[in-house]
Amino acid sequence: MSLQPKSNWELIKNGMFGENTIFRMAISLCPSIAVTNGMKNGMALGIAVVFVQTMVNATISLMRNFIHPKIRIPIFMLVIAGYVTIIDLLMATYARPIYKEIGLYIQIIVAFASIFARAEVFASKNKVWSSICDGFGMGVGFLLAMLVISFFRELLGKGELFGYSIIAGNPLLIMILPAGGFLAVGLLMGFFNWVDMKYFGGKGASGV
Amino acid sequence: MATQAKSHELIVSVSPHVRGKETVERIMWTVNLSLLPAVIMSIYYFGPRAAYVTGLCIVSSVLFEHLYWRFLDRKTTAGDGSAFLTGLLLGMNLPPSVPFYIPLIGSLVAIIITKLLFGGLGYNVFNPALIGRAFLLISFPKLMTIWSEPTAKFIAMDAKTTATPLGLLKEEGLTHLMEVFGSKTELYQGLLWGNTAGSLGETSAIALLIGAAILFIKRYITWHTPFSFIATVGVLAWAFGGDQGLFTGDPLIHILSGGLILGAFFMATDYVTCPTVRKGQIIFGIGCGAITMLIRLKGGFPEGVMFAILLMNCFAPLIDRSIKPKMFGAVKETKEQAK
Repeated sequence: MSLQPKSNWELIKNGMFGENTIFRMAISLCPSIAVTNGMKNGMALGIAVVFVQTMVNATISLMRNFIHPKIRIPIFMLVIAGYVTIIDLLMATYARPIYKEIGLYIQIIVAFASIFARAEVFASKNKVWSSICDGFGMGVGFLLAMLVISFFRELLGKGELFGYSIIAGNPLLIMILPAGGFLAVGLLMGFFNWVDMKYFGGKGASGV
Repeated sequence: MATQAKSHELIVSVSPHVRGKETVERIMWTVNLSLLPAVIMSIYYFGPRAAYVTGLCIVSSVLFEHLYWRFLDRKTTAGDGSAFLTGLLLGMNLPPSVPFYIPLIGSLVAIIITKLLFGGLGYNVFNPALIGRAFLLISFPKLMTIWSEPTAKFIAMDAKTTATPLGLLKEEGLTHLMEVFGSKTELYQGLLWGNTAGSLGETSAIALLIGAAILFIKRYITWHTPFSFIATVGVLAWAFGGDQGLFTGDPLIHILSGGLILGAFFMATDYVTCPTVRKGQIIFGIGCGAITMLIRLKGGFPEGVMFAILLMNCFAPLIDRSIKPKMFGAVKETKEQAK
């Protein structure tokens, strides 16, 4: 975190691009490979993460003066688990078909490094409103990453987008298999680092 | 390149002072030439289609390599023969009847992803041609297993499709394989000359062995990897490949069929992706042979050479690190000295 306070818009932008969970920080990579074989699944998980991340950051920030530093980790866990249970039950009730496919990964949001890291490094030290902006930005960054990865994987691997057939012919079956997930994440990460270095004067992933 | 010094000049330079004639270009183009007999045999048995597929692989591989270096504004290495060799090996590993986009996608994966993104020749972890083929086999399982029946005399255009000898052996058993070919001698003859279904370059054992002999005479490859590879396959086929119990299998069928000869002599011996220590190369070969037979006898695919070599490529650095050659003049440390 930089020393001078950032504006709320800067915090959101930072979460979306500068410290993008998957492409820049390279954390929470498990769902980026497991759930991105279709855009529908990727988007559903991304929205769930936006909700959990924003609410966790808000709650931790509200409680930051009452949490004893020695037991902060269990308390973070409890708060995260609470919100994950809420979104889990909500999706199980109102989004049954998607929940059947990605239900396991909704529950696994409890263990996401990105949510835990933001609670620790940001929400427990900052005011409520900026914590909400930070959590929302990080969540949207994750959602965008999931959409980009699943766009290429579904388009190349099935020839479809959101389940609608786009291109005919023989699709590259490997792209919807786990190996294709690693390929897509690696190549896209390299591409975004290249864009950052070429057009925004960044130093790539090593210089974050 | 060392420039020849005139006798009266004093040249100050760093070692090495005496250099051989062998360069990357020379070795690569020799390997390419040594594959020529197998290419001719493949055109003989599978017709102009074979030349078309192999040519497309070569042209696209060299082109991708050139474009990649142009894109990075670096000196191109497309002319050193290694991209040519990758394309050639990829083409020889494809079935004859593939549509035109399969060689293109294969070369893209082989050259760009497997080789150049890792840093170019000398830095790649895996054999590029084999990764290209593995990518294609997993992406297009149907198209990549349509095997045309070989019909001699350079004219086969619309051949019938059939199964490879290994496919028959896996699905129908040895008795059916014998019915198809008549007798054992005819089967061996077919496998030796290449008159069987299979990937373009892998069917003709004799043509490949001629090429391998050239590499042995030029000392570009040593016996360690290929012979331990083939010997392991033979022993395991003899021990576990039979129908009537242990030690009744026919090792020759397993050695001559499939991509074993091509893989053992031309792809497992790739300088970049196999161990550099001789003892390590033997371990590498034994591992390749064991995984090949495991896949052929128990796995889902009829042929396992490709996956065997790729899996052992992962272990090459590990093998190199665990088997260090003894340094000249070094005395083995005793336990007491170590304390």
